[in-house]
Amino acid sequence: MSDKSAASAAFKQVMKQYGGIFLSLIVLCVIFSVTNGRFMSVANFLNILQQVSVIAIAAFGMTWVILLGEIDLSIGSIIAVAGMVGAQCFAFGMSFVPALILTIAAGAVLGLANGVLTAKFLLPSFIVTVATMGIYRGMVSLPTNGAPAMIMEPSWTAIGTQSFIGIPIVIWVVAVLFLFNHILLSKTKFGRRAYLTGGNREAALYSGIKVDRLKIIIFMISGVMAAISGVLLSSRLFSAQTNAGMSYELDAIAAAVLGGTSLAGGVGTMIGTLIGALIIGVLNNGMNMLSVPYFYQLIVKGLVILVAVYLDVRSKRAKQ
Amino acid sequence: MAISGDNVILEISDMSKEFGAVKALKSMQLKVRPGRVHTILGENGAGKSTLMKILAGVYQPTTGSILLDGQPYAPTNPQDAARAGLTIVFQELSLCNNMTVAENILATREPSRGGFINDKLLVRKAAELVKELGLPVSVTDQVGDLSIAQRQLVEIAKGLSIDAKVVILDEPTSSLSDSEAEILFQIIGRLKEKGVAIIYISHRMEEIMRLSDDITVVRDGSYITTRDKTEVTIAELIALMVGRDMNEIYPPRDVAAPASTERPVLSVNGLSRGEEFENVSFDVRPGEILGFFGLIGSGRSEVMNTLFGMAHAFAGTVAIDGAQVKITSPVEAIERRIGFVTENRKEEGLVLSHSVESNISMVALDGFSSLFGFLKRKREREAAKAEVARLSIKTASLDTIAGSLSGGNQQKIVLAKWLLTKPKMLILDEPTRGVDVGAKFEIYKIIRQLAAEGTAILLVSSELPEVIGMSDRVVVMSEGKVTAIADPDQMTPEKIMHFATGFAS
Repeated sequence: MSDKSAASAAFKQVMKQYGGIFLSLIVLCVIFSVTNGRFMSVANFLNILQQVSVIAIAAFGMTWVILLGEIDLSIGSIIAVAGMVGAQCFAFGMSFVPALILTIAAGAVLGLANGVLTAKFLLPSFIVTVATMGIYRGMVSLPTNGAPAMIMEPSWTAIGTQSFIGIPIVIWVVAVLFLFNHILLSKTKFGRRAYLTGGNREAALYSGIKVDRLKIIIFMISGVMAAISGVLLSSRLFSAQTNAGMSYELDAIAAAVLGGTSLAGGVGTMIGTLIGALIIGVLNNGMNMLSVPYFYQLIVKGLVILVAVYLDVRSKRAKQ
Repeated sequence: MAISGDNVILEISDMSKEFGAVKALKSMQLKVRPGRVHTILGENGAGKSTLMKILAGVYQPTTGSILLDGQPYAPTNPQDAARAGLTIVFQELSLCNNMTVAENILATREPSRGGFINDKLLVRKAAELVKELGLPVSVTDQVGDLSIAQRQLVEIAKGLSIDAKVVILDEPTSSLSDSEAEILFQIIGRLKEKGVAIIYISHRMEEIMRLSDDITVVRDGSYITTRDKTEVTIAELIALMVGRDMNEIYPPRDVAAPASTERPVLSVNGLSRGEEFENVSFDVRPGEILGFFGLIGSGRSEVMNTLFGMAHAFAGTVAIDGAQVKITSPVEAIERRIGFVTENRKEEGLVLSHSVESNISMVALDGFSSLFGFLKRKREREAAKAEVARLSIKTASLDTIAGSLSGGNQQKIVLAKWLLTKPKMLILDEPTRGVDVGAKFEIYKIIRQLAAEGTAILLVSSELPEVIGMSDRVVVMSEGKVTAIADPDQMTPEKIMHFATGFAS
C-alpha cells in the first residue's frame, strides 16, 4: 500500500468514526473565520493548541478513567498540587530533573489514592474524587498558607514559553503524550484489557483480568496526566497558584465525551478526545477574539457540548 | 378430563409464544377453577415461567387467547393484570430493601391526600393485612433487616394486598423453612375458602401432593395433561414430566468413557460454604463428562463459582492432578487451566459491545502479545478466525459486535474464548440455555469433541434430558448437598429426579 492510499484510508476511518464531531470542529472553524479575519492563521492555530494543551493532556487521562466506567473529579486539584510541588522543589534548591520527577510522582501518588479507595475500598469513584478534589485542593495551600509561589527556574518556565523547531514546546508535549496514550490504548494488551473491563467488568473478572489492579493503574495514569498539565500551567504562569486548574475536570470530561467516550464505559479513543479538546479550544479562542463576554461564552460552550453530543449519539444510533 | 367446562375462572386456549426462533410455548392450554389450588408441574425450561409472565402481562402471547371470569383477558403490563384481579408473587424478590414492610406491601397504592402519604393509615392498613395473614413480621421493620424467608412472606403479603380472583405463587416455598411454609399453607387455605383460584408452581413433590387439587403437567413448552390430585401418584407425575425420547438429540460418544482407575484431574473433598452448600465431594477424570443436576437453589452454580475462585470455601479441599490447591481468584484458576462458561453469558461471559474477535481472544490475550505488551493483531485475528471456523460461529465478520449475534452463536463465542486457553478442565454452567435446537446439537458435539481430546468437563444443567444424554456420570444435588452420584445404570430420569427433589422412593 502506498503512503497516499494508506493516508486516505486512515482519513476515511477517522471520518467514519468521528464524522459528527470532526464536522462540528470544521463548522466552528468556518464560522470563526468568516466572523473574524485573524482567526484563520498558523499563528492563531498554534495559539489555540497552546491554550488547549493543559485541558487536552488532562483529558487523555480522563479518557482512561471514563473508559472504565469511572470518573475522576480530582484532576483540577492535582493540576494545582503539581505546580506547588514544583515550586517547593525549587524553593528547596532542587534542580530541574529531580523536581520534574517528583512532581509527576506526586500526581501518581494522588491517583493511586483515588484508585485504591475506588478499587479496594469499593467506594464509588464519583464520591471518592469529590472528596479528594477538596482534600488535594486544600493541600495546595499547605506550604504557603494560601499564597501563590513564584517559579523562576528557567528550564521549568521554558516549557511554557519556548519553542523547539519553531513549534512551542507545549505542543510537542501534547503530541508526545497523545501518541503515548493512543498507542497504549489501541495497540497494547493493557489498553485492550481496559476496553474489555469497561465494557463488562464481570466478564473481565471471569476471564482472568486483574480488574482491581487495572483500575488503580488507570487512576494513576489520570493523576500523572493531570500533574503534567500542572507543570505546563505553572510554567506558563511562572508560578503555582492555589486556585490553578479550578473546574478543569469539567472541561476534561467535556473533551472526552465530545470525542465519543461513553460514560457507561467500554467505548472511547484518544483521537476522539483530542478532537473534543480542540473544539473546546477553538470555541474559547474564537469567542475571545470576538470579545464575547465571559458569561455568554459559558452559555455557548454548554450549548455546543449538548448539540455535538446529541448529534453524535443520534448518528451512532442510526448506524445500529 | 377432570375439569368440567363450567365454573372456570381462568381459561387459556391454544397459546404459543416465540422468542425469535425459540418456541417457548406451543399449544398451551389451562383451565383453572375458583377455590382450588392448581399446580403447574414441569422441569426448568418447560415453559412455566413464560406462561406465568404472559398471565402477569410481562409478555404477550404470539397466538392464543385467555378468558378471565368469562371476559377476554390480554394484559400488557402487571398493572393491567392487577386491575383485572390477577396477582402474581414471583420467586425473585421485588422488594425495596431500604423501605419498611408497610411501605413495600402498599407500594404504589399508598393511602394519600394531595400527594402526601398518610403514614399512620399506611401502617394501620398494612398491619391489618399482616395480622390477617398471620405473618411473623412488624410492618415498621426495614425489609433489608428481615431474613430471606421473612422477605418472601412480605412479598406474598404484597401480592395479596389486592383483592384477587386468581393468585399465582411461583415457587413460594423455595426459601422458606418448614414452619414458615406452614404459615403460607394456612394463607392458601383461607384464600381457597374465599373462592380464590390459586396457580401454584413448585418442584417439591410432597408439597404439591398435599396442597393441590388439580395438577397440570407441561413439557417442552407443550401442554401434556391435567389430572385430579386423587387420580395420580408422584411416580406417575415424574414420568409425565420427564418422559421423552432423547436418542436423537444428543450425539453419541465415539470414544469410550475413561476407566474409573484413571487418576482424576480434579478431586473435591468435603467442600462447604455455609448455607450455600455443604460437604460436596466428587472427582472428575480426563475426558470424562461429569453431569451436575439439581433444581434452582440446589447449590450447583455456587460450587462451580467456588471452584473457579470467585468465592472461597469455608471447609474442604480441592486437588488438581493429585496435588492440593487453593484457588482464590479466577486468575489462579485460569493459570491451572480451568475454564468456566458461566450461566449468564450476557452478564459474565461476553462484552456485548465489543467485537467477536476481541471477545474470543479475551482470556488468551497473553498469547497474542509481545514482551512489552504490544498486541500481535495478526496472530490474534488468525486464532479468532480459526475458532470461528472450528465452532461454525455464524457471524458476518470478526469485527461484528458480539451482542448482535444469536444466543447460540454468542454461546459459541464464550466456548471459543475458553478453548483458546486449551483447558484441562472446563466448567459448563447451563451451556445451552436460551439456545435454539440446532445450535444446541452443535454445542453438544463440541462438548463430545473436547472430552474425546481429554478435557475433563463439568456439565451443570437444570435440563434433565441434557444431563442424562451427555454425561458419563451425574452428581445430583439438592438443597446444598450431594444426594447421589449416579453411574450410567442408575441414570434414569425418574431416579435422578427423585434424588433432586429430595424425595427418596
